[in-house]
Amino acid sequence: MSVAQAEALNFECETGNYHTFCPISCVAWLYQKIEDSFFLVIGTKTCGYFLQNAMGVMIFAEPRYAMAELEEGDISAQLNDYDELKRLCLQIKRDRNPSVIVWIGTCTTEIIKMDLEGLAPKLEAEIGIPIVVARANGLDYAFTQGEDTVLAAMAVRCPDKAPEAEKSDRNAIQKLLNFGKKKEEVAQEEAEYVNHPPLVLFGSLPDPVVTQLTLELKKQGIKVSGWLPAKRYAELPVLEEGYYVAGVNPFLSRTATTLMRRRKCKLIGAPFPIGPDGSRAWIEKICSVFGVTPKGLEEREAQIWASLEDYLQLIRGKSVFFMGDNLLEISLARFLIRCGMTVPEIGIPYMDKRYQAAELALLEKTCQEMGVALPKIVEKPDNYNQIQRIKELHPDLVITGMAHANPLEARGINTKWSVEFTFAQIHGFTNARDILELVTRPLRRNNNLKDLGWEKLVKEEAKV
Amino acid sequence: MKLAYWMYAGPAHIGTLRIASSFKNVHAIMHAPLGDDYFNVMRSMLERERNFTPVTASIVDRNVLARGSQEKVVDNITRKDAEEHPDLIVLTPTCTSSILQEDLNNFVERASIEAKADVMLADVNHYRVNELQAADRTLDQIVQYYINKARRKDELPAGKTEKPSVNIIGISTLGFYNQHDCTELKRLMADLGIEVNAIIPEGASVRELKNLPRAWFNLVPYRELGLMTARYLEQEFGMPYVDITPMGVVETARCIRKIQQVINAQGADVDYEEFIENQTLYVSQAAWFSRSIDCQNLTGKKAVVFGDNTHAAAMTKILAREMGIHVVWAGTYCKYDADWFREQVSEYCDEVIISDDNGAIGDAIARVEPAAIFGTQMERHVGKRLNIPCGVIAAPIHIQNFPIGYKPFLGYEGTNQVADLVYNSFTLGMEDHLLEIFGGHDTKEVITKGISADSDLTWNKEAQAELNKVPGFVRGKVKRNTEKFARDRGLSEITLEVMYAAKEAVGA
Repeated sequence: MSVAQAEALNFECETGNYHTFCPISCVAWLYQKIEDSFFLVIGTKTCGYFLQNAMGVMIFAEPRYAMAELEEGDISAQLNDYDELKRLCLQIKRDRNPSVIVWIGTCTTEIIKMDLEGLAPKLEAEIGIPIVVARANGLDYAFTQGEDTVLAAMAVRCPDKAPEAEKSDRNAIQKLLNFGKKKEEVAQEEAEYVNHPPLVLFGSLPDPVVTQLTLELKKQGIKVSGWLPAKRYAELPVLEEGYYVAGVNPFLSRTATTLMRRRKCKLIGAPFPIGPDGSRAWIEKICSVFGVTPKGLEEREAQIWASLEDYLQLIRGKSVFFMGDNLLEISLARFLIRCGMTVPEIGIPYMDKRYQAAELALLEKTCQEMGVALPKIVEKPDNYNQIQRIKELHPDLVITGMAHANPLEARGINTKWSVEFTFAQIHGFTNARDILELVTRPLRRNNNLKDLGWEKLVKEEAKV
Repeated sequence: MKLAYWMYAGPAHIGTLRIASSFKNVHAIMHAPLGDDYFNVMRSMLERERNFTPVTASIVDRNVLARGSQEKVVDNITRKDAEEHPDLIVLTPTCTSSILQEDLNNFVERASIEAKADVMLADVNHYRVNELQAADRTLDQIVQYYINKARRKDELPAGKTEKPSVNIIGISTLGFYNQHDCTELKRLMADLGIEVNAIIPEGASVRELKNLPRAWFNLVPYRELGLMTARYLEQEFGMPYVDITPMGVVETARCIRKIQQVINAQGADVDYEEFIENQTLYVSQAAWFSRSIDCQNLTGKKAVVFGDNTHAAAMTKILAREMGIHVVWAGTYCKYDADWFREQVSEYCDEVIISDDNGAIGDAIARVEPAAIFGTQMERHVGKRLNIPCGVIAAPIHIQNFPIGYKPFLGYEGTNQVADLVYNSFTLGMEDHLLEIFGGHDTKEVITKGISADSDLTWNKEAQAELNKVPGFVRGKVKRNTEKFARDRGLSEITLEVMYAAKEAVGA
């Protein structure tokens, strides 16, 4: 382990030849999150085949998503886009009757310049279902950034004034938390909150995690007025000018920008609630903005760390290399350094230094406190070069996509599939153990097998 | 535009990549946006491949959109050439590059001046061909390229091998049980005293392609992949080919007899009849199985078959001809080659279905309520929903269809595997029914004809109670027929009266 260094984080940018999921994959988790939605991906067989393979068995569960598969006539404009989309959307309305249809624009719609944003309002008026347009394509974005484009489009659809009558119980979480309670009890609960301007959180998380984070803030007397996205499109939160917003995921920079510029909300720039250190810093930052002194956070964090000790023993002093594909990398690296690991390289598809400023500062601080070298942050990495570096460094763990995982394992290098971090519950104090469960799994498995002498399973060190 | 939830055959570039990555030391470079390289994930996961998949992308991003690829593609080709020293680099267009209409041929020409490797542009059109057609075309293209190259350099070997020999054409990565089939075919050729001259594309080196004409004949085990190459070699060198898929006892024998005819015509003197009889009667268990009491119980049971041309056609023949099973319909998603399929199966089934719409196939299954389904992973899931067992016989497939154990579909061992697959599917269905009859688990929900439509009819209390008295294994049928009866007459509620009327009218 090297000594703490005073210099700042080192940012590099490579060729962008790396493997990641196409951002249209966001429909996989968003259609499940937003229960009354239907996602229509307007693209080609290539897009469809990706979704079908990436989502595995989910595809068979009658998903509320489909491809509008473009044919040669669509490309050459022999067919009229508007009529074609109208025909398909009417079919969707008839079969599923969703509350919103989300059009996902793809590379193809970009290249042929199909004016989805222009067609949507007309069609919306004609068929009577809101149509939200998100251009989540591989020309511009990587993997989780797909969610960012959808939420940025949704942010514009959030109501700007709650109807007076409903205002008191307008949002879904509060309804959920107050479910079945009498009026006096609700009034009493209101008293448990400190008086602060409304706070809306953004980022799609599984419902249990939403409840956990909401309750975590409630303990500090902070009330969450709504989430973007909510469980149903019809329950999108109210966003008035001057509301405060905070992100829960590091890949939501467009959504943050939209909330600030178009909805005139105030962004609370905080580290993300990933790991007990991140969760505490996230809550503290929100508290500080509202002038609340946090209660019991230090103990809570210490308690979580203590409960992780068995896992920490496995990873202390070990090194981890992030190849980079989902933008969670900075937060995960910061947490793992706090766990006692070293990180030679953090690959990341795209680095928004403003939106992630607080997270980057916490990363720097963590490195100094733990006395480890600052990692090299590589934006738009080049997978081929990275594999050469991995061969040189021989890290104890490589967090990478499935394309490289098996070949690296066959060469005796432990890997963890990065996509699992996107789908697992990793936010808040409660789920810190789940992150370490993922991170330590290859190490635990390989510990079990270590006496068998089966590490390198390719004959000659094949060229990589 | 087409509303699609699922597709049976992938896009064209997948076919090209399957061929390129099957060869040794061939690298494919896709002209594609970020994220289109999921082929690497599929290969790495499904095939549990130990080596890095030799496919990279030359990324199409906003800049490329604005200014064209310019030097980028050429740089990526020469860079890969220096890093990996492949024999061949295949530049692979995708749907995106098809629309951009950049002059990829020009990039290939420029890059091949600098690169040590041969460089080629895959000749496939995204909007006209699918994965299977593209694979067939790419293999043909690569073979032609190297035959022509050898001819120019005067390196084509003259004459045939001394002993009868064969090229096995069409074994590829991500193919349905291709690895196991390949082993079985090699074993079969050894048993027949035929040398294997080459196996392409799997594991082959492009440098050896010039030796293809030395074989006495070509064997094309799969209808979808390799025929173009075989026809080219026939035209160019007069090489005969055998395109009978040796799947099932009868077809395996037919394939072997055809081989015998082909090599005897070139001066060999072989008689495989004794071998065929010995294998059929005593070695393969499938003929004996069809004679046994087990198989007798399957007589007249209803089945449906769906898959690619090769497997669906062979399976239909096995079920109908070798096991006495009633194939209600057989179908294929290879629409571009539908005539061949119709000709192969029409005498073995009541109806032929040609479709690549998984919803229509699901509905066709629900409609006939077979005792077993033989289809792709999609049909397996339809079967789960309808409570009908399914044996998977064709791609698209999941990781469980890449077994580690030896499970060929072709040759004599293949006949054993297929017999197990068929028998296990049906007995599971029978056991399930017996459980139901004797009051086993009784919580299954019934569904309507169309698998995606919800029932719009309400059952009143008495009728519901009556329905619940019907034994589980026919309850779905009773419910569907009653509802159809009610719907035809515009009734919205189902009462006891309606139920009995339906029973009298349609025998529900």
